Amino acid sequence: MRKIFDGLKVVEWGNLISAPYCAKLFADLGAEVIKVEKPHTGDKARQHGPFPEDIPNQEKSGLFLWLNTNKLGITLNLETKKGRDILKRLLEDVDVFVENNSPRLMVEFGLDYNSLLGINPRLIMASITPFGQTGPYRDYKAYELNCSAAGGVLVGVGYPDREPLDLPLSQGGYEAGIGAATAIMIALMARKRIGRGQYIDISEAEIWADLHVGVNVLTFMYRGITGIRRGTHGGYFLYPNEILPCKDGYVALTCPQLAQWQRFLELMGNPEWAQNPRYRNRRAMHEEYPDEVNALLIPWLKEHTMEELFQLCLKQRIPLVPIYRINELMNHPHLKQCNFFIEFDHPEAGRLKYTAGPCRFSVTDWQIERPAPLLGEHNELIFSQRLGYSSHELAKLAREGVI
Amino acid sequence: MVHALEGYRMLDFGTAWAGPQVGGILADMGMEVIKIETRTKLDGSRMGRPLVGADIAGGDEGKWPDMQPTFHGINRNKLSFTIDLKQPKSRDIITRLIKMTDVVLDNSSPGVMERLGLDHGSLEVIRPDIISISLTGCGESGPIMDANVYAPLIISLGGLQSMTGYYGEDIPMNVIFAYGDCNASIHAAFAVLAALWHREKAGKGQHIELAECWAVTNLLGEAIMEYCMNARIMKPRGNRHPSMSPHNAYRCKGEDKWVTIAVNTEEEWEAFCRAIGRPNWSKEERFANKYNRLRNQEELDKLVTEWTVNYTPYEVMDILQQVKVAAIPVMNVEDQYTDPHFSERQIYVTVEHPLVGIETLYANPLRLDKTPYEIRRHAPALGEHNDYVLGELLGMSKEEIASLQQEKVVY
Repeated sequence: MRKIFDGLKVVEWGNLISAPYCAKLFADLGAEVIKVEKPHTGDKARQHGPFPEDIPNQEKSGLFLWLNTNKLGITLNLETKKGRDILKRLLEDVDVFVENNSPRLMVEFGLDYNSLLGINPRLIMASITPFGQTGPYRDYKAYELNCSAAGGVLVGVGYPDREPLDLPLSQGGYEAGIGAATAIMIALMARKRIGRGQYIDISEAEIWADLHVGVNVLTFMYRGITGIRRGTHGGYFLYPNEILPCKDGYVALTCPQLAQWQRFLELMGNPEWAQNPRYRNRRAMHEEYPDEVNALLIPWLKEHTMEELFQLCLKQRIPLVPIYRINELMNHPHLKQCNFFIEFDHPEAGRLKYTAGPCRFSVTDWQIERPAPLLGEHNELIFSQRLGYSSHELAKLAREGVI
Repeated sequence: MVHALEGYRMLDFGTAWAGPQVGGILADMGMEVIKIETRTKLDGSRMGRPLVGADIAGGDEGKWPDMQPTFHGINRNKLSFTIDLKQPKSRDIITRLIKMTDVVLDNSSPGVMERLGLDHGSLEVIRPDIISISLTGCGESGPIMDANVYAPLIISLGGLQSMTGYYGEDIPMNVIFAYGDCNASIHAAFAVLAALWHREKAGKGQHIELAECWAVTNLLGEAIMEYCMNARIMKPRGNRHPSMSPHNAYRCKGEDKWVTIAVNTEEEWEAFCRAIGRPNWSKEERFANKYNRLRNQEELDKLVTEWTVNYTPYEVMDILQQVKVAAIPVMNVEDQYTDPHFSERQIYVTVEHPLVGIETLYANPLRLDKTPYEIRRHAPALGEHNDYVLGELLGMSKEEIASLQQEKVVY
């Protein structure tokens, strides 16, 4: 199969999720991605897990394996000048450099865009940080939870009288990563026009604040609405927009259209209470007494499994779906039919399941050709064959702790 | 100013959120995005309470299509062309338009574009190198392809919802913003550009099938690996982190005010204890190292809250950031609007809208230094660009346009 990014060269110096996810999107579509890791310990995702039987092992971290497919892995100590010089040589001949280190560190190491511009004017460089390259919080310390908080995620999740919650599994890293990948594509398209590369400044907090919750600014300006988490109740303005229990789990039910809600009531056998004017004002039901209405639905829902309810609602075109747990997804007939999960081997971690990609391209689809690299697996390939270091020089660099 | 995507044209059949936001992101970068609409069935985001005034009932009936907040945000920089695709005469117009188009986008249910004769196979006949993208809930084939989904349902089917909630409690917590839609739209923008990149090199178009639910599942690697490796099903863990404690949102002074604090290294932990005036904590057995802090995190969270409740979130941030500890307020839109950092970074921008005057919209956070985004115009009024599309693009005369309007093909 053809590959979209045949011939495109990317260097990633990233830890954990954002920059690695960004580079993975390019790697899985055929770009050559060289991942630069710290000698001995590597990308912090190698320490994150999950690990088979919970035994930490830097070659078996699930998060690392997931995010680094198709990449070539090299180790380079960028705290040494020699290490930085080697990286700069690599960057002479690549299209994209993506990293998620602190702005201060990049300047200190002389690896900021202005320092790199001279060696490769066509280079596109993307930096992903919590708060961006300018502004008073530029150098503030922030982990994923903190970025979500500033970004406006937490205010929308949890009970109103308890602590607000982040989304699970560090979603901010992924959103910043896909945002950076999109920005890099824009820069690649622009390079055809302007003939040179450019610098991209991605702030994880801003990806949330603008692309995810930014539309709220208008309703705030005009009506003073700031939005508040509502527990199991959702944010739409009409009932139902609910998470409800059933016999074997939970279902989510959202009916923006009146006809959908009427079909649901019909499915329930048109209960008498539904005629009561109190249960006909969907705006008030949503805003003022959703729990009271839920209590009328729950006994009926609890008579059915989530799959039964889903099938009934699919037929009637009622927007009710199961809240799938991970085991239910992994074994789902729909995903099997779509070949969504693919399986392949890793020399240390063994055979595991991965996804085929976030979408499908009819001509140039995602392809996984190799699993995530072992730490320093491609040192020889890159340093000797690509950059021309002799084995003698490599041994010396290893002794000096550079690679 | 150079716009990166100038010269490319998209026909945007998207409605609601996930579809339109794709064109919104690309239009910010200079793509000409023509929103294909019809008065016979309004885009849902043209309905609802108007920005100004209190005519809720009228808004719900679609009487205020040009006054909708969500619409103004995600459809800025676009053009609007209203055409009734069910009228036979529309076919020739759409065909001619597709010939001058690079990308066709939709987020309708599977089968709808086919019935309109606008599926990829039909588009390809008209323009062989066309790129088309369909955002659907669950894809274009398979047993649940017809599931009717909105944002909260996307993350439910996609697996994220089951892990969203408080630690030790199994009840999923709803997410009040449209995560499933936004995630799909950013992935879709990337995919469209990747396909354009390929077309520039290989001269070939293609179809992109983006299932919004599975674009969410793609981000659940940790949970999928945990299931593959250890046969364990991940449950909600609130704000808990596998290796950090403290790591939570802590109550502060004021009504519903919170600050997030995350402590990772031993150095940060010691700095934290000193800064809050509890230097002895770092020497106590129960908190002496990462593992003990994780084991005793409930107790630790209570103790941290005893300190945070005396301060505002911003005070906590100031105290802790001085010693390089990650502390950031939980912000709602008002906090973001007034925050000094976000103000300096201009996460909101203003644009002049003919009906509401100067209005504030969110910025585009994809910041490129040589070809930055630009808001060139406000979101279009319904059918605002009919004359442009028919007259300038398709070269029709005033008489032809008038007759199409009279026949309610374009109106």
